[in-house]
Amino acid sequence: MDAINSITNANAEAVLFYLFAGMAAVSALLLVLSRNIVRTAVCLLFTLMGVAGLYFLLHAEFIAAVQLVVYAGGTLILIIFGVMLTSKSPFSKFQPSAAEVAIALSVGTVLLGSLILALHSFPFPTAEADVQGKYPLVSLGQALLGDYLIPFEIASVLLLVVMIGAAYLAKGRRHEEENFKFHRTPASKTMREWT
Amino acid sequence: MQSMLAMTVTTIGLHHYLVLGAFLFVCGLMTMLLKRNAIGILMGVELVLNAANVNLVSFNYFSYAGKAGAPALNGQIFAIFVIVLAAAEAAVALAIFLNFYNNFTTIDVERASNLKG
Amino acid sequence: MIITSIPIAADVPSFSLQQLIQDQLGLQRGPVLTLVYGVTLCAAIFLPAVSLVAMFSIWWERKVAGHIQARPGPNRVGPIGLLQSLADGLKLILKEDLIPASADQFLFRLAPYLAFAPAFAVFLALPFGPSFCFEPMLNVGVFWILAMLSVEVMGVILAGWSSNNKWSIYGAMREACQMVSYEIPLGISILVAIMAAGTLNMVELGHMQSGGIHTWLIYRNPIVFLAFFVFFVASLASNKRAPFDLPESESELVAGFHTEYSGLRFSFFFFAEYAAMFVVGGIQTALFLGGWNDPFGIIGYFNHSLNATYAADPSIENAIPILLLNCVAAGVFVTKAMSIVFVQMWIRWTVPRPRIDQVLYACVKVLLPMSMLLLLLGAIWQLVVPEHAGIPWVDYNPWDFAAWVQTPGGLASLITQILLTLVGLTGFAAVNGWVVYAILTGRGHKQRLTDPSPIDEGTENLVKA
Repeated sequence: MDAINSITNANAEAVLFYLFAGMAAVSALLLVLSRNIVRTAVCLLFTLMGVAGLYFLLHAEFIAAVQLVVYAGGTLILIIFGVMLTSKSPFSKFQPSAAEVAIALSVGTVLLGSLILALHSFPFPTAEADVQGKYPLVSLGQALLGDYLIPFEIASVLLLVVMIGAAYLAKGRRHEEENFKFHRTPASKTMREWT
Repeated sequence: MQSMLAMTVTTIGLHHYLVLGAFLFVCGLMTMLLKRNAIGILMGVELVLNAANVNLVSFNYFSYAGKAGAPALNGQIFAIFVIVLAAAEAAVALAIFLNFYNNFTTIDVERASNLKG
Repeated sequence: MIITSIPIAADVPSFSLQQLIQDQLGLQRGPVLTLVYGVTLCAAIFLPAVSLVAMFSIWWERKVAGHIQARPGPNRVGPIGLLQSLADGLKLILKEDLIPASADQFLFRLAPYLAFAPAFAVFLALPFGPSFCFEPMLNVGVFWILAMLSVEVMGVILAGWSSNNKWSIYGAMREACQMVSYEIPLGISILVAIMAAGTLNMVELGHMQSGGIHTWLIYRNPIVFLAFFVFFVASLASNKRAPFDLPESESELVAGFHTEYSGLRFSFFFFAEYAAMFVVGGIQTALFLGGWNDPFGIIGYFNHSLNATYAADPSIENAIPILLLNCVAAGVFVTKAMSIVFVQMWIRWTVPRPRIDQVLYACVKVLLPMSMLLLLLGAIWQLVVPEHAGIPWVDYNPWDFAAWVQTPGGLASLITQILLTLVGLTGFAAVNGWVVYAILTGRGHKQRLTDPSPIDEGTENLVKA
């Protein structure tokens, strides 16, 4: 029993961390390598879900739920809509040239190597993990409406502006000579076909 | 040495999360460099923002406690704002890409060369 | 400072099934053991439970549809057709696995699981009993449910897209539009209830409503009362249930986004739909209708006293009554959720289907302003009208009205809650009475097979019902 106890106590977080981090990292890699844009979006979904799992491990449950609601359930849907409205055929592929691939790979590896070296050589001060109160959500809410009230309000105004701006931008332009006909942009034509 | 390696692998510390954040960042950067589809580039941007968020939340978890008795939540609040702003930016970016598609009938950024030369 | 948190009892003694098992086996409580326990629970209990719920719902839907349409429904396979779902499942498993050649192979195979997994994940957060919740530490239980309902959209979009079929894409796009639009009134009406409750933890919500029918959250505020109906309508749209079932409207789109799916893959979508119906019913039960509590507060009273006994003396003899009580509580929860599912089915076979622009009109121009107004009014109500905070049976006696009036601000909250309870009970009794009257007067009603001819009213065309 003691052996089992020592194993189970030590490795739980490691198992879950490697699971979620592996899912996020592998999906990110597939995202880079995939050539079909819809598969790229699906890889992004799995990356977001892996990162949400990591947030759960870090005891940031609210952030994890926000990530799933806003990112995976909102932004990603928006991206997929954009993908479907702007693709002529479902499986169109764009190939970058070999020189571009070589440059990108070299930049990527150099950057990754230097980042990891820098991380390992810097002694980050770590105390024991945060002691979470019984109602950490209450403190989050109080901070958002207390210390961070101004950024909160600015963010809401920004979202309003973005909503209006994006709706106006995406509407398309009316051609002056066709007063009665609706705007004939390719994207809105597709959208009209679907609904 | 053996047990040190085992300890590093089995005890998850700040370094593990930071390495993952760096890896996600580099993947996002490579996506931005390698994709010709504008929406693919947008997905790279989302990856970079996620990497930043991972860093923020893990620093929040492993840092000193803030005021006495109250948990420090600055990293989490920063992460909330980053998520909100990323969503807003994705909306505007997609509106711009839709306009681009309407004008050029293609989403390939290589074709956006009207101002070239 | 205006914003004050609602005081809730600091430590409600709770019985942990996982702790009991680990004590009996001599293991130490740790994260991996929690993981193993969770996985075993999912595999052994939750997955069969979800499948049973889905199978029962499918049979019940067909029976309800039949009786509303004046026909018997399935009645051949098994007693009153109970094994019909099993026969259907068997048939679906034995079908050929067809994948269109021009479909995206990987995404086509992935989509049913992406649609089913979130509906199943929500089951983990539903509070079936005071100690039958998966892990009571999920402080963001309600938000997790909202998150999973958002991820469900992805599965449907991918299913429609990867089929490479015009009808599938139409269905998927309509469905995505509809589900994403209706998430906003859904979330805001949940917010109204959470504002009145003060916590996102599902188990605490159940404890707060354990004093009897007048402590249920729907009767706390008239605003929450209205938010329940907004939530109900939005949840119908979120589940792609009629009258919002355009994504799978059989008369228009062949079969919508699951046109190309056959056999076992199709059954995944079917299961996902009925699991989501139960889940939404479960959310409404847990948030508004008292969760696992009965209308008299008996379960809450015994839960409190039995937990106190167990805390004093943790042993198997003291644990068994708690387990039995939790089973009763789970039964109450499932009954309430299933009655909401019944209302959803009832509406499906009664109300005609609107167009997509009417559906979106209902969301953006009716439900969205209504929910925002309710949010504002709910906040103002809580600012102005005092409430009686605390957990029934732990902080106060919910049936001792005299003492309730004595507490500061008690009279206003008591009057509100009692009045709303009476309104709710009257409405419930009225609807039930109407249904019973319809059933009773419908029996023996002679049905005609042909139109009555004006000259001779012969009796040979009349058939006894």
